[in-house]
Amino acid sequence: MSNVGIGNRALEVIPALEGSARDARRRPRFGANRVLSWIVFIIGVLYFLVPLYATLEFSLRTKVPFAAYNNVLFKDANFASSLLYSAAIGVVTIVVSLLIIVPTAYWVRLRLPRLRPYVEFVTLLPFVIPPLILVFGLLRAYSTGPLPLTGSELGLNVLIVAAYVVLSFPYMYRSVDSGLQAIDIRSLTEAAQSMGAGWPRILLTVIFPNIRVALLSGSFLTLAIVIGEYTIASFLVRPAFGPYLALLGRDKAFEPAAVSIISFGLTWIAMGVIALLGRGSRTRVQVAGAR
Amino acid sequence: MTYLELTNIEKRFGEAAAVTGFNLQAERGEFVSFLGPSGCGKTTTLRMIAGFEHPTSGTVAIDGHDVTYAPPNKRNVGMVFQSYALFPNMTVADNIGFGLKIRKRSKDQIRKRVGELLELINLPDKGGRYPYQLSGGQQQRVALARALAIEPSVLLLDEPLSALDAKIRVALRHEIRSIQRQLGITTVYVTHDQEEALSLSDRVVVMSEGRMEQVGTPFEIYNFPTTAFVASFVGTLNVLPGVVADAGRGDVTIAGQPIRLAHSFEGSRGREIKVALRPEMVSLGASTNGANQLTGKVTDVSFLGSIVRIRVGLDGGPTVVLDSFNEPTLKLPALEDTVTVSFPQEGPLVLDPKAPVESVEALIAEA
Repeated sequence: MSNVGIGNRALEVIPALEGSARDARRRPRFGANRVLSWIVFIIGVLYFLVPLYATLEFSLRTKVPFAAYNNVLFKDANFASSLLYSAAIGVVTIVVSLLIIVPTAYWVRLRLPRLRPYVEFVTLLPFVIPPLILVFGLLRAYSTGPLPLTGSELGLNVLIVAAYVVLSFPYMYRSVDSGLQAIDIRSLTEAAQSMGAGWPRILLTVIFPNIRVALLSGSFLTLAIVIGEYTIASFLVRPAFGPYLALLGRDKAFEPAAVSIISFGLTWIAMGVIALLGRGSRTRVQVAGAR
Repeated sequence: MTYLELTNIEKRFGEAAAVTGFNLQAERGEFVSFLGPSGCGKTTTLRMIAGFEHPTSGTVAIDGHDVTYAPPNKRNVGMVFQSYALFPNMTVADNIGFGLKIRKRSKDQIRKRVGELLELINLPDKGGRYPYQLSGGQQQRVALARALAIEPSVLLLDEPLSALDAKIRVALRHEIRSIQRQLGITTVYVTHDQEEALSLSDRVVVMSEGRMEQVGTPFEIYNFPTTAFVASFVGTLNVLPGVVADAGRGDVTIAGQPIRLAHSFEGSRGREIKVALRPEMVSLGASTNGANQLTGKVTDVSFLGSIVRIRVGLDGGPTVVLDSFNEPTLKLPALEDTVTVSFPQEGPLVLDPKAPVESVEALIAEA
């Protein structure tokens, strides 16, 4: 015997009711939580601001106010040239890194999800292999043999970009992957395909614009790594910002502190640019049935 | 003439068969629904028509052209997804015009076509909005317009209404059907909602465990189910265990009480069978015109708005559910009252003995 019916939607209401009841029970403790939150916030802010203030204060101890800043910005030609060199290398690194990482992360999410742990492992290798080992490997592999790149400026620049691309893997992959996770790439890809779009168009007009903020974050992290990197640039004898900073720290007293503050300012400007570019983003995840 | 043809389609994922022995011929302009529970292979079949999956064996042909292994972007098939899949970075107008841009239509042509489609979906002033600024129902209408913009050979809809609330769902399904009729586009609609499938379709394909259970008009599917699964999945159904008394005369006993079916069936005397009976075929009270009668005790009475559902437990275990139209003069029995229920000889169906009856049992267990 049997009576067959389909579905009982009324039951779905129960978890929501339980949730609101739970919230109501928590409400009296909200004041205490708020105080605790502020304490944690203030400790966090002090943790960051106190060293920064100390550095700023030290950089201003020169007899003439802002002399250290003046020396670095206007009297030392190496500051601008090394910063520009690192910035240029950083931009090339970002482009190469994006060209490698975005299609890889996209394809792994779309078609080869089982490979994701392996790809993640590979992208984490720069955390395990020190830059020193990486640069020695590069020097050994490319000093002689079929690709002797260390004999020319161009070759060395190619090597430093290649090394930085590897160093940027963990940051770039994670940024891109989390960006892809936030959108329904499978449905978006299939929708674009059914409209007649091929892979290049899907990537350029559908995927890239929808992970713009993630790409900017990954790019900024990559730039930050490249700007401050010392070991690889030093061993490849490149006029980069990292070796310049090391040299400055060895020879001067107040200027390194001034450079730290300037770097901090540049960082904030870069973050502001990201916020500005990401403000018009339409990457809001579509939740079915929402609104 | 057949416009969309699926022949001996089989799809395997490793050892598991997702779809087997699927054959379908749809006419130009026909609205066909794939109906079945989760995991029955309906979406996989739809994805094979779209080109997102390739069949392990069998062929897919559209308008006489074999497209079995053609990539999705070369099939000219429009698809509407459950999750809308609108491009979040584009406005409504850009979303609708996306496919036309790929087809290198002029800006004027695109603007004109987008305007027409916005009118068609009743969102003429929403072209400049972004998807997140629209409600779920509006987003799905835009997704429909986007799929229609390219004038597809076949329109595929993968549970397009299941993320929407009940009222919008009903309104939108009428809109979809009306637009489909207006454009005369061959449409395949995937759903697990029987009401949707029955109300929208010219034909319904009921699927279970990767197989086609039955193909027919909504009327045929509901009134003349050929397998136990279809009978139980479509609509509410009493599945009563019976014993054959005289198959030639259509005589069966249920819980020791004799009934007669309008048609003879196959089966030797004493054989156990299952008899399907729709609740709306059963009336409360004794028969006055020689119809079948069963006697039992009322075990439950529940109001469902326009109808009242009464459960009557027969001696020996089985329960018969009957639906009565709700009206102010309706006299309802009390629990434990002994009542007689009646139904015409045309009401009961003997379920196909070759059908996978265990599917029904599983559904019964779930219910």
